[in-house]
Amino acid sequence: MESVTTPPITDLRKTALNAVHRRLGAKMVNFGGWDMPVEYPATGGLVAEHKAVRSSVGLFDVSHMGDIRIHSGRTPGGALAAVQHLSMNDASKLAIGQAHYSAMLYPQGTFVDDVIVHRLGEDDYLLVINAGTREKDIDWVRENTKGFDCVVEELSDAYTQLAIQGPRAQDLLQKLTEADLAPIKNYWFTHGTVCGLKNTLIARTGYTGEDGFEIYVPSDVATSEMVWNKVMESGREFSIIPCGLGARNTLRLESKMALYGHEISDKINVWEAGLDRYCKMDKGDFIGRAALERAKAAGLTRALVGLEMVDRGIARDEYCCCDENGSAIGVITSGSPSPTLCKNIALAYVPPAMTAVGTPIYVQIRTQKCKAQVVATPFYKRPKKAVAPQAAASV
Amino acid sequence: MAYPANYRYTKEHEWVELSGDVAKIGITDYAQHELGDVVFVEVPRVGAKVEAGKTFGTVESVKAVSDIYAPASGEVVEANEVLHGTPEKINTDPHGEGWLIKVKLANPADVNSLMDATAYEAYIASQSKEASA
Repeated sequence: MESVTTPPITDLRKTALNAVHRRLGAKMVNFGGWDMPVEYPATGGLVAEHKAVRSSVGLFDVSHMGDIRIHSGRTPGGALAAVQHLSMNDASKLAIGQAHYSAMLYPQGTFVDDVIVHRLGEDDYLLVINAGTREKDIDWVRENTKGFDCVVEELSDAYTQLAIQGPRAQDLLQKLTEADLAPIKNYWFTHGTVCGLKNTLIARTGYTGEDGFEIYVPSDVATSEMVWNKVMESGREFSIIPCGLGARNTLRLESKMALYGHEISDKINVWEAGLDRYCKMDKGDFIGRAALERAKAAGLTRALVGLEMVDRGIARDEYCCCDENGSAIGVITSGSPSPTLCKNIALAYVPPAMTAVGTPIYVQIRTQKCKAQVVATPFYKRPKKAVAPQAAASV
Repeated sequence: MAYPANYRYTKEHEWVELSGDVAKIGITDYAQHELGDVVFVEVPRVGAKVEAGKTFGTVESVKAVSDIYAPASGEVVEANEVLHGTPEKINTDPHGEGWLIKVKLANPADVNSLMDATAYEAYIASQSKEASA
């Protein structure tokens, strides 16, 4: 077999926790120019990490994510106007302390990137962006906010971002902060002292489809390692394990969360990606709106569906999809075995006429056409807690 | 995990155990470590021909697909059916129960050109050094 570990390139970027990952024996990969842990074989590896998040709690270093703050210039409202122009969701609906999923679009209605927009203050927003698109995104934001009275700051390198994910995440994090976590609803955040660090951003967000928090702490190595170690220590009673990008991918796939470069890209528009509910056409103009108007009128030519393999075989990213006659009809955007469902699942773009649940789709796996079928998504939905945080209030 | 002294090894991390003119073939402990949890194995049917240096099957983990290359040419005489239901045998016992196929070799002497255990261990040590540099 061929080696699957990407050899390190000397100019790969590293998070402040790089040495921690290496000490833990993580398998490291080049992810969008970053030297990141894909899994930690010594503590069980990908499947164990995935299951830890679904059943208890796992810790991810997601410091490679970027952060852009947009706040007021001379006149109040300039930052909101800029965010509204740049992104497709309606930021005017956000309360201070609330966040939502959104995306920045090209004039063609396709994706620059998907983002989480946090409203930090009266006219003060934090956009959390993807690692692989950081430079492109910051250039895009600077270029397209020139006409607005606002200040754009790139804070990506200022934060170590840790994701504490799983049903026990709140129990764990509560031991490390005096901020009351229970009242924080899904996609809301607060500021509080965490591990002695004052004014830490604590957000009930994540990319796993599970309950969880993301915290943003200063990015120096000493502070980052201190917080990492305290979270691990505090999580010992919940059997916490460190989790890599491999589990992050299978977790988000089961929950049908989009990944840039896969389900969304500069070639795919909002309607195709099925992200309609995050796109507020009636909020006023924004970049990409006119093209989306036209695309809607023209009708869809492809749509994103969930697939489950019927035949033996694993559909993988970029494999071709065919109809019963063997004609190419689409492509897999993400595919993997699902550790929770013990099935082989995938997301794919197919013609709109083939999106009904139960429709047979054939996936070209090496020399064979393997049968799959369209299934309802998300593949996995977390069970409701007795006292459920009010989900989707920000949508 | 020790690398059996009576096996031969390839640079692509397959092992070969020769008895008479039949070669039992599998992937090494190093390879299964690199892959992670194996969830799927695809090998040729009995009677199929394999050709030295050419891919004859795949082993997949959750994250990755790896092609398996034939260390020598010949005809498949047995495939390890156990792996259909329990592909994780490749992780737990790569040099034993996790074997992939048995091949009747056209020229058994070809196996002599492969690395022995000492050479293979030196080879993977140099690979690991590269990976952690």
